[in-house]
Amino acid sequence: MEGGSGGGVCTSGSMSTVSKEDNLMVSTEVSSYPDEAELELGLGLSLGGGGGGGGVKPQEQGWAQYGRILTAKDFPSTVSSSSSSSSSLSRANRTTVGTKRRADSVAASNNGSQVVGWPPIRAYRMNSLANQSKSPVTEDLNSMVEKSKSTNTMVENTYNGSNNTNGYAKKKGPLNTSFFVKVNMDGIPIGRKVDLSAHSCYETLAKTLEEMFQGPTTTVNAIGSSNENYDAMTESTRPSKLLDGSSDFVLTYEDKEGDWMLVGDVPWGMFLGSARRLRIMRTSDANGLAPRIQERNGRQRSMRI
Amino acid sequence: MGYSFPEEVLEHVLSFIDSDSDRNSVSLVCKSWHDIERWCRRRLFVGNCYAVSPAIAIRRFPELRSVSLKGKPHFADFNLVPHEWGGYAYPWIAAFAKAYPWLEELRLKRMVVSDEALELIAKKFKNFRVLVMYSCEGFSTDGLATIAANCRNLKELDLSESEVDDVSGNWLSQFPDSYTSLESLNITSLSSEIRFSALERLVGRCPNLKTLKLSHSVPLDLLPNLLQKAPQLVELGSGLHTKEVHPDLYSKLAGAFSGCKGLKRLCGLQDVVPSYLPTLYPICVGLTSLNLSDAPIQCPELIKLVSQCQNLQRLWVLDYIEDTGLNALAESCKDLRELRVFPSDPFGQEPNVSLTEQGLVSVSAGCPKLHSVLYFCRRMSNVALSTIARNRPNLTHFRLCIIERFRPDYITLEPLDVGFGAIVEHCKDLKRLSLSGLLTDRVFEYIGSHGKKLEMLSLAFAGDSDLGLHHVLSGCKSLRKLEIRDCPFGDKALLANAAKLETMRSLWMSACQVSYRACKLLGQKMPRLNVEVIAEQGHPDSSPDEYPVEKLYIYRTVSGPRSDMPSFVWTMDKNSALSSS
Repeated sequence: MEGGSGGGVCTSGSMSTVSKEDNLMVSTEVSSYPDEAELELGLGLSLGGGGGGGGVKPQEQGWAQYGRILTAKDFPSTVSSSSSSSSSLSRANRTTVGTKRRADSVAASNNGSQVVGWPPIRAYRMNSLANQSKSPVTEDLNSMVEKSKSTNTMVENTYNGSNNTNGYAKKKGPLNTSFFVKVNMDGIPIGRKVDLSAHSCYETLAKTLEEMFQGPTTTVNAIGSSNENYDAMTESTRPSKLLDGSSDFVLTYEDKEGDWMLVGDVPWGMFLGSARRLRIMRTSDANGLAPRIQERNGRQRSMRI
Repeated sequence: MGYSFPEEVLEHVLSFIDSDSDRNSVSLVCKSWHDIERWCRRRLFVGNCYAVSPAIAIRRFPELRSVSLKGKPHFADFNLVPHEWGGYAYPWIAAFAKAYPWLEELRLKRMVVSDEALELIAKKFKNFRVLVMYSCEGFSTDGLATIAANCRNLKELDLSESEVDDVSGNWLSQFPDSYTSLESLNITSLSSEIRFSALERLVGRCPNLKTLKLSHSVPLDLLPNLLQKAPQLVELGSGLHTKEVHPDLYSKLAGAFSGCKGLKRLCGLQDVVPSYLPTLYPICVGLTSLNLSDAPIQCPELIKLVSQCQNLQRLWVLDYIEDTGLNALAESCKDLRELRVFPSDPFGQEPNVSLTEQGLVSVSAGCPKLHSVLYFCRRMSNVALSTIARNRPNLTHFRLCIIERFRPDYITLEPLDVGFGAIVEHCKDLKRLSLSGLLTDRVFEYIGSHGKKLEMLSLAFAGDSDLGLHHVLSGCKSLRKLEIRDCPFGDKALLANAAKLETMRSLWMSACQVSYRACKLLGQKMPRLNVEVIAEQGHPDSSPDEYPVEKLYIYRTVSGPRSDMPSFVWTMDKNSALSSS
């Protein structure tokens, strides 16, 4: 309708950039899905919901009691059928394919609380707004770790026209305007993207990821202006289960050399410099990681703090 | 009688006629004029890439040098058109590669352009000069690298708002050292770091560079060097982010801006630090266009900036400008022709800024040349709209978006029918209109009776019944594009006005109440229309015929149903009404 930007469903900036690999990830993973109708996806990550307590194995079925994110049923059938042929078509499967399609489904499942494409704002403008309201990263990589505590509190300075007397919004340092990496969670066909440079420590990153994969209300609604910052503030006191090993999932990353490492072992700055993508892996599958790291001698890739 | 007008003379006369509609009129005079005209037409505009096929276009116009194509429907901008709907540029480019080796310009909007298509452009058109891809997708920086490496005569490369698979910023280095013809570069949509030294060298060796619009990843401390190499710039777009304020950097930047004496258009300014804004003051008086819609500048600084731009003709800004800022605008910028105010917090429940209908009323009163408005706000009244209409009968584009749906007049709590009615009644040259707020069928009655020059109408969450749609289709003589979402319009109005649809470019209806049966009927009866039903939940045959279709896109065409439809799009052709459901 108006010459603004599009759609109502981008998490604040996390899905806004495009990467070639991400397109392939979306299309290949979805097309390998066995039977959409039967698949129920749940999350063992955040055990905020009651349900079956602990000890449920993360299987393909049976996660329902842990709270539900969008199931494959919610996606239009085209998501799998169209992950197709020509490279130009699969290239056309942008990151935003995932978000755009989910926009339609989520709007339906939320009973229109977030209406697709309303207000009529173009994707370009959404991204611009998202960039404006993200938490600032004002230091370069080296001082990132020391500053992690103070930067966390900046999250509260949501850019809000009427309250803000500063006259400018959050800005990013020149070294890292954005650094989006793909995140995939085992069992979920659609990957996400997260901006690592918007975080200054593992805790906020892990929390963001938990919220991202946890449920539609926190991930789908609104560009960062209200939701993301609100969530970060209220959740800031709860330790992340992804990092302390108490969840059924662990957070891992692929480094520059293509090896998969546990997140949290190295100083944040070093992690930023070497992480290429993330994977939320089932703990059972991740058991092989630690010994592999120790096996490698002669190459110091992780520094115990 | 008895003599014929020499062709060469007619060709020469025609060479002065640029406008498409005039050329179309010329071609209708007689057969020989038709023939002469088609051989000397050099530019072609195709508003809907499926309305005609490449073969037909090539057959009629054998000597084109410049083509513009548009693909997806406008509502694709708001995620209403599923991905892979279509709009592929490759078939066109491949056909042009054979037919027009001397093609110079391609302007594509809302199309899917692959790297293979870009490669064709790079390799097959020896004199290629202008590539504009507005809101396109499907290509990567690899494709751009091929363009850079091969198009020796490239003047303009514009990627506004396109989604680019940003593999690396190195493509810019593919422009050879001998390449000096760049005049316009717009890479605002790229996010990867470009190699700044390559950019600097490129800018330094292209003396005719007039437009430079960069992504926000160009750091502020490097901008002065860039500007010093291109003092002839007319249009600049750049972020201005920096860690802290340096006095040195400040004076360097101020000096560099002052050096750009011809700068008329400015945009970007993402992440600008307010302390740097005064570096722009010296050039403000020369600015005719200012786009601050990506800039997080607050009201006081905005006022300071804008009040110095006395020659401003176009302003795009966020609602941080507030009513007070718009009042200042109305006082300072008497030459203003176009205003767009975008929301800074579109999904917030409460207003975050003090921007109301008053701001727009002020500008409508203070700026006599204002003719194009796009305004997002949270409240409106009939009296304000009537005032605006009376103040500015010269409005040609009026797009109002009241953020919350179904909002009535905030003073009287009535629908906004009368207000919009005043707009169409007073603004006799109104070409484009977008409505919002609480609206009944009455507003469509007004639009149908007054909107005689209306070419494009966008409707959402409005109206009560088919009568609304009927008023529009039967009354708006000049209507070309109609896009509707979530309105209670059904079969009756559509079928009663079927013939009207052949006089329009396209009709989009989503989440309305048009039944599958009506679509099939329309497809059967109107062979020169493509009636496309978009149904992502499954084949429409799997539901009863009376059920409404999810999305409907109808457009006139001379090339029949398209052959590249994805699995969720069905064309209703002459056989559909006969097939059993």
